[in-house]
Amino acid sequence: MDTLTDMQQAERKLEVVVLRPLTQTSRRWYVWTASLLVIVGIGIVAYINQLANGLAVTGMRDRVIWGLYITNFVFFIGISHAGTLISAILRTTHAEWRRPVTRMAELITVVALSIGGLMPVIDLGRPDRIPFLLQYGKISSPIVWDFISIATYLTASLMYLYLPLIPDFALAYDRLRGATSSIRLKLYGLLSLGWLDLPEQRRRLTRGINIMMILIIPIAISVHTVVSWIFSMTMRAGWNSTIFGPYFVVGAIFSGIAGIITVMYVFRRIYHLEDYITAKHFRYLSYLLLAFDLIYLYFTFAEYLTTGYKMEEGENFLLRELLVGQYSLFFWVFVVGGLLIPATIIILPWTRKIPLLVLGSILVNIGMWLKRFVIVVPSLALPLLPTEWGVYIPTWVEIAISAAAFAGFALIFTLATKLIPIISVWEMKEGWERGLTARAPEPARSAPTLAPLAADTGGADEP
Amino acid sequence: MNDDPQDLKQRVNRRQLLKLLGTVGVTPIAARLLPDLLPHLSDASPAQDKTESRRIRQWVLVFDLRKCEGCVTIGEAPQCIEACNAEHFVPKGQEWIKVFEMESPGGHSFFLPRPCMQCENPPCLNVCPVGATYMNEEGVVLVNHERCIGCRMCMAACPYAARVFNWEQPENPPGATFATYSPEYPVPHRQGTVEKCMLCAHRTMDGKLPACVEGCPMYAIYLGDLTEDIATNGKDVVKLSLFLASNSAYRLKEELGTRPRVFYIPGHGQESGHDIDEHRPVIPARSWQEQGVSLDDPQGGH
Repeated sequence: MDTLTDMQQAERKLEVVVLRPLTQTSRRWYVWTASLLVIVGIGIVAYINQLANGLAVTGMRDRVIWGLYITNFVFFIGISHAGTLISAILRTTHAEWRRPVTRMAELITVVALSIGGLMPVIDLGRPDRIPFLLQYGKISSPIVWDFISIATYLTASLMYLYLPLIPDFALAYDRLRGATSSIRLKLYGLLSLGWLDLPEQRRRLTRGINIMMILIIPIAISVHTVVSWIFSMTMRAGWNSTIFGPYFVVGAIFSGIAGIITVMYVFRRIYHLEDYITAKHFRYLSYLLLAFDLIYLYFTFAEYLTTGYKMEEGENFLLRELLVGQYSLFFWVFVVGGLLIPATIIILPWTRKIPLLVLGSILVNIGMWLKRFVIVVPSLALPLLPTEWGVYIPTWVEIAISAAAFAGFALIFTLATKLIPIISVWEMKEGWERGLTARAPEPARSAPTLAPLAADTGGADEP
Repeated sequence: MNDDPQDLKQRVNRRQLLKLLGTVGVTPIAARLLPDLLPHLSDASPAQDKTESRRIRQWVLVFDLRKCEGCVTIGEAPQCIEACNAEHFVPKGQEWIKVFEMESPGGHSFFLPRPCMQCENPPCLNVCPVGATYMNEEGVVLVNHERCIGCRMCMAACPYAARVFNWEQPENPPGATFATYSPEYPVPHRQGTVEKCMLCAHRTMDGKLPACVEGCPMYAIYLGDLTEDIATNGKDVVKLSLFLASNSAYRLKEELGTRPRVFYIPGHGQESGHDIDEHRPVIPARSWQEQGVSLDDPQGGH
């Protein structure tokens, strides 16, 4: 033990901390998972009800033809952009601090995309005819663009999640022998694809990751662009906008960053990752969040001023309802709670504390969900011919299915943490090795607090 | 693992080959997709030439609003709606042709029946992901209910709110299960699919007037054919182009570029004895059930 260097000790401790959730499960985890399962179960019951009785069980009608499902769709696809930004952009720009958060970010992408992609399917009047999209798909339809780009994004982000997992699967295979079931061990062995950490293997893996991190950026941008085009390819007031593509992309990255800050905080608390996910990570990510907050504020201002300044009847009706009318509560909660308050929390040094930053991030996502709602619903409720405003009040079915979507998001995450290491161990180590040769060693800072732990865990670790 | 020159050479060759194949393959695909993506950029005239020479009808509707008074003077619900409901067994709660009361400058109002506009450049058609909405040779926009997946993108795209949705399984008339479904006459109706006026394609096919034209007691609705330049309301026959031009006909939301095939001649029902100072609201139309029609007498509403 005494012969271990600081570095080796740090590495050993990292492995222990990261691999611990894979073998040890607390009672709280079961309670949490069970409650999520209940919510998902209620959602499934609601969906079966909808399948049996048709979409008549929702609050949607001929005027307001889309509601919570499409709002959730845009919301979750937005959240999925966390992975791209944090992981791909930070990797591309060699931001060293990214290392402990890339895995979580990539996982968010995959999970949010799966949930988000399910939403329009739930919204379909004839889900049994999904294969028609492949059979008769027509390239002029924005729905087909969405189908193609989301399927591509999901495939690419699964690969992008998997590639950096290969060495960690090998690690789990090596370290968990005896600590876990043989089936699971076999699975890790299989998924590690014979990883022996040879220089040639490392070279190829790095190449694969490099290709994916570049590829995934345009794919991600395309996804949220075509999501917005479902709306802006129509001639409805509020949707008939040329800036919807970039507006949605910025909004997606904005809510994605807020999503990762929230998820980071939860994992840090539950799995005791305080040594790896530090105040610095929250600070840096909140700076990014602030940047996108301001860009989104600017886009919002530009969008509404240019339409509101002119007198076009539909746009003016719509804007009035948003600013002072029936949707004004949603709109102003979004502006004040989702943009201005989070920005203030990040800007003021004395509020720039982890709990407040997390609170700000949660506010951002509440605001962004409301924003998506006021994008989807009011433009549909706006009369196209002289009639009353359309009415939309979601029913318990829609609320139950939406709740199940959020619970499902948390559930997949919860289960995933029992299967895959939530921090990329080999990338952390790589960072430390580079840090040693290039600049001040990062682990040295945590070394003093580490000594007793290392002695404590060292024995348990080696069989 | 094996970076010997031979292997490297092969790999380069393969890459070049793929590149070549890619370029050769992608160019014609892109060239073919472009007109699909932006259909209205390629001029619609070739199709028209073809139909012109073959004398295929190009149906239009003309609403003479000088005659339409929303059926308020006769104390009835709009007869066009009721005739349509009875003809198609329109699901309860839906109206494929709707009558709106429009405000005119100066504070008065007039009545405007709105069927599907049968746009020459239909926004609903382009956005359909499975090609369930299509245009037939006679320029009528139809929905294949056996194809429709119920995404409702067409409803979002339609600027006239002409489309409606079967949110639940609609009640079908007895015996409808044995009726032969066709997009021209979509009975039985199906849950989870989009419905709309299809200009009574099944009737015009047989040389009959659409149900609304026949049902209108004021003879305010004309069925016209662009290729023959003729129109009729069942009583008079007019030269379509002259009729439209001499009566200052207009179309709804013309500025959108959808080129509707439904025309309106401005008026407020004055020729049917409607007093503009006397305001009477439109009476709600009865569904086919309320009218008591069955599959045996499909013209029950008239």
